[in-house]
Amino acid sequence: MSQESGHYYVPAPSGWPIVGSTALLFMAFGAALTMNKMELGYGLLAVGFAILIYMLFGWFGTVARESESGKFNAAVDRSFRWGMGWFILTEVMFFAAFFGALFYMRVFSLPWLGDADHSLLWPDFVAEWPTAGPGTHEQFTPMGAWGLPAINTLLLLTSGVTCTLAHWALQAGKRESLKMWLLATIFLGVLFLGLQIYEYGHAYADLNLKLTSGAYGSTFFMLTGFHGFHVTLGAIMLTVIYFRCAAGHFTPEKHFGFEGVAWYWHFVDVVWLGLFIFVYLM
Amino acid sequence: MAAVQDHGHSHGHDDHHPTGIMRWITTTNHKDIGTMYLWFSFAMFLVGGTLAMGIRAELYQPGIQILEPELFNQFTTLHGLIMVFGAIMPAFVGFANWQVPMMIGAPDMAFARMNNWSFWLLPVAATLLVVSFFVPGGAAAGGWTFYPPLSTQGGLGVDMMIFAVHILGASSIMGSINIITTILNMRAPGMTMMKMPLFVWTWLITAYLLVLVMPVLAGVVTMLLTDRHFGTSFFNAAGGGDPVLFQHIFWFFGHPEVYIMILPSFGIISEVIPAFSRKPLFGYSSMVYATASIAILSCFVWAHHMFTAGMPVTGQLFFMYATMLIAVPTGVKVFNWTATMWRGSMTFETPMLFSIGFIFLFVIGGFSGVICAIVPIDIQVQDTYYVIAHFHYVLVSGSLFAIFAGIYYWLPKWTGRMYNETLGKWHFWLSMVFFNITFFVQHFLGLAGMPRRIPDYALQFADFNMISSLGAFGFGLTQLFFLYIVINCIRSGEKAPQKPWEGATTLEWTALPTPAPYHSFETPPVVK
Ligand code: HEM
Ligand SMILES: [Cu+2]
Repeated sequence: MSQESGHYYVPAPSGWPIVGSTALLFMAFGAALTMNKMELGYGLLAVGFAILIYMLFGWFGTVARESESGKFNAAVDRSFRWGMGWFILTEVMFFAAFFGALFYMRVFSLPWLGDADHSLLWPDFVAEWPTAGPGTHEQFTPMGAWGLPAINTLLLLTSGVTCTLAHWALQAGKRESLKMWLLATIFLGVLFLGLQIYEYGHAYADLNLKLTSGAYGSTFFMLTGFHGFHVTLGAIMLTVIYFRCAAGHFTPEKHFGFEGVAWYWHFVDVVWLGLFIFVYLM
Repeated sequence: MAAVQDHGHSHGHDDHHPTGIMRWITTTNHKDIGTMYLWFSFAMFLVGGTLAMGIRAELYQPGIQILEPELFNQFTTLHGLIMVFGAIMPAFVGFANWQVPMMIGAPDMAFARMNNWSFWLLPVAATLLVVSFFVPGGAAAGGWTFYPPLSTQGGLGVDMMIFAVHILGASSIMGSINIITTILNMRAPGMTMMKMPLFVWTWLITAYLLVLVMPVLAGVVTMLLTDRHFGTSFFNAAGGGDPVLFQHIFWFFGHPEVYIMILPSFGIISEVIPAFSRKPLFGYSSMVYATASIAILSCFVWAHHMFTAGMPVTGQLFFMYATMLIAVPTGVKVFNWTATMWRGSMTFETPMLFSIGFIFLFVIGGFSGVICAIVPIDIQVQDTYYVIAHFHYVLVSGSLFAIFAGIYYWLPKWTGRMYNETLGKWHFWLSMVFFNITFFVQHFLGLAGMPRRIPDYALQFADFNMISSLGAFGFGLTQLFFLYIVINCIRSGEKAPQKPWEGATTLEWTALPTPAPYHSFETPPVVK
């Protein structure tokens, strides 16, 4: 069908959503069974995951094709902007829940555990952060801020800069430097992840700091872990964008696919700053 | 803005979409998706209702009758979860899907394909919840609020519930982002924000609440999951965590959630009352501001659910006053509805009856809410049937009655046929009477100290419980009658005119034929 500009594009009926639902059905049952040590779970989980990947490729591929064939007018573009913006807000709130847990433990529940009421139960407990709690006897060393974490901060901040440089290159129509800066961003992201994995190894092997190390271990690993997961997603998204750039997608005027991912990358950046301050430094 | 429907490989302008089951599975049409939401919601209403009948049957007499305590707990838990996430919320999203594009003159939802996914995630979550009854250890049994340590202890069923909540959350988030974007970006020329029908306004604000709090719910169930299986200590005091932390995070989601379930009903009521009073809504802009202030305040009152869980006195005071403050904008709304009816030329068709019933009974629920908000009183009534009475007054005679009002109001536009007015009136009066028989006496039970979520009770509670159960059975049967009325309307109702309601003024009545065509407003109307 020919497109008149000014028309809002409403996609044709699509099979991708139901494929996605099927994937989640498998994954949910698979994960539930796996966590309860039932053999069947692993298989279901793997099948679900495979279907999910297939769906993501198919669905996003469709959107990219629609975009490249000029189906999206300015109004659709605005919709994508609103949509991505509010999606990032939901991500912020997800992290807020975990930060909230951290603050609550440090400000409220930890002092309460050390107060007079509890001294009968746990006479030797000293309520000081970091803690593994009054009932955990294994000792651990907390993660310092000025080693790897500081380097990681630098890496991520730099990657924010390279990401913006890539954007400028795209706007200026300099495709080669666009690709170069994108690659640099991805490289910094992956390096960050590598160091993060190394840091986890160090925590488990040398510091005896584990996910099971009470309040500190829980918040440390869950916050940094979810952040790392988001960096992974961001890096994958950047890679997709890289290949789209290499395939000649996007124009200096219209490139929301790129911008959306860039927003996401900056969001991941900001979350890290919060982590660095509240998890590592304070 | 004008729209273009992508019909895949087809040519021309007639509708080419898959037929049969594939139409429903692959559809990107907001009306189809709205219809699926509404039917799904009704199906879940029946499942949740069946569980409620089981609960009331067990409580018909003292002693253990038909449900072992373990199973009883599963029934109360799943009743709450299914009604909240499966029945009430999807019903409102169904309304939003049908009505928002038509009321603002948009061709469809902003993200039509994602819209389909938002819906099709629901059956997945429902499957997880329902199947969990049949797995070893049974369904989750720690209440719909799944507090630890009970919820850290259960078996496979709890994990299935956790994943169901994740999926429901994803569905709600996508749905609400879609609604926000549609409203902000796709209004017809001339449809300024302050000209939008109030139903659209309430949904816009509801959607904001959803994007704010659903991720927090996802976070808290994730913590629960890792506490259960991966040795974290978020809710474990021995590890330096705190079970009360769960309650804080849960209710940070939970209280806005109850407003998520009532704001769209305010919207429906604000459409119906003016239509049948043949007068414009009194105080439109104050309604908008009241809705927004309710939503904002609702984010700062969560700990009124935890007055007995242990909290500093300053905290109790803060949350008490903040909660009571919400009664002010709520009062503004009730005042405006009443003032709209004042000197209107009113008629009392079924939607109007349900709306007036809503005002009366919701106000009772609002007042019992304020009573619960008073700390010294709440310490007495927390976890008793008084709280059950409170929230059924706001949720059943509030949210559900508004849903009924909306269904009767818009059925002609959706189906092209009128429902049977006599039967509709019967549905209203039977619901009204049985509802009050069921839940009014629960106030007395609660004040006398009967605890909630317990399958047995002391002898002095026997009479009121029997009355309540009888009312509940009646209410349950009445809703099957509602199903009959709707099917009867679709099958053999009289043909409806474009605007069967004299006083209706919104676009779907004034600018679209009845039944609403499959694609509406591909060229936008101009709103003056
Ligand atoms: C003026 C308005 C309201 C006030 C002041 C209010 C206040 C309260 C308070 C203080 C409680 C806690 C009682 C306790 O556990 O001891 C409560 C419980 C509850 N309210 Fe409200 N409420 C209001 C409106 C609503 C609305 C509109 C809804 C839903 C549509 C709602 C749904 C609930 C639910 C579901 C619970 C019980 C949760 C549970 O423990 O399972 N309330 N309300
Ligand atoms: Cu509340």
